[in-house]
Amino acid sequence: MGIESALGEGFFTTKIDALTNWARANAAWPMPMGLACCAIEMMAFAGPRYDASRFGSEVMRFSPRQSDVMIVAGWSTYKMSHAIRRIWDQMPDPKWCIAMGACASTGGMHRCYGVVQGVDNYLPVDAYVSGCPPRPDALLHALMKIQDKIKTEHSVLLDT
Amino acid sequence: MSLELTETVQGVVDGLTADHSEDLIEVYNSCDHTYIRVESQNIKEILSYLKTSHHFIFLCDIIGTDRYTSDERFEVIYNIMNLRTQDRIFVKIRVEEENPVVDSAISVWKSAGWMEREVYDMYGVRFEGHPDLRRIFMPEDYDYFPLRKEFPLLGIPGSIELPNTTPDTE
Repeated sequence: MGIESALGEGFFTTKIDALTNWARANAAWPMPMGLACCAIEMMAFAGPRYDASRFGSEVMRFSPRQSDVMIVAGWSTYKMSHAIRRIWDQMPDPKWCIAMGACASTGGMHRCYGVVQGVDNYLPVDAYVSGCPPRPDALLHALMKIQDKIKTEHSVLLDT
Repeated sequence: MSLELTETVQGVVDGLTADHSEDLIEVYNSCDHTYIRVESQNIKEILSYLKTSHHFIFLCDIIGTDRYTSDERFEVIYNIMNLRTQDRIFVKIRVEEENPVVDSAISVWKSAGWMEREVYDMYGVRFEGHPDLRRIFMPEDYDYFPLRKEFPLLGIPGSIELPNTTPDTE
């Protein structure tokens, strides 16, 4: 039955990493940190036209405990940065971060005293998306880059 | 005066000329609005007079300005409206850089509270008689006034705390 009959005699080897990474990469649930107009594009990214569920990321979790990828969509003030970092700390490992748009990546057009010039000042960002705001395709591309990154990780080995 | 003023605003100017002539500095029109500049000492009485006698019951906004001049550096502008005739006037006062203190308008309009806090937060103009003159946007212990002209665009590095990125070592 099953795979044994297809393989015939012998055995099949793989790595547990390959299996967990395959599962993780295709179930990266986003934590939507919608702070500004980028959040509208993020909704389009999750909606049926661009359809993030093709990549297993349709489940926008508004609880940090249940999410894997934080999408920082919008500009972060110093005041908000503490809340963002707190939510990030509440997310269970392993976790990834997308800085969506010019503001989250570099401060963008908000070049002033109240806005953090890039969320990488206090978050470990894995993927940056350019654009103001980026198209939903660009965010999908960032998600695919995150998936590529997940697939090259050695998660089980690191856990020992 | 040869300004084209509406009936209400003309009434205001005439009333101020009669009752507060020593405080009235200038009246001018700009961008379809009338600006009345007065001395800052009796601003509370003047605003109260405008509210009670000329029905300017709505305080739309209080604005601060940094003129960056050596004398009378800061300007406080009251944007008030007569809801019966829909007339809007701007009342301006100027204060010195050394001791920028203005009488609070909170006894005239209660809504002045947060607006005055904003002007205080951004320019450091203090409002005498304000019951709760705290900063409204910037951190409570912030040392600077961000909309003053000498304040750098990107702020003072390190003056606002970023979150701790290594929470385990706390």
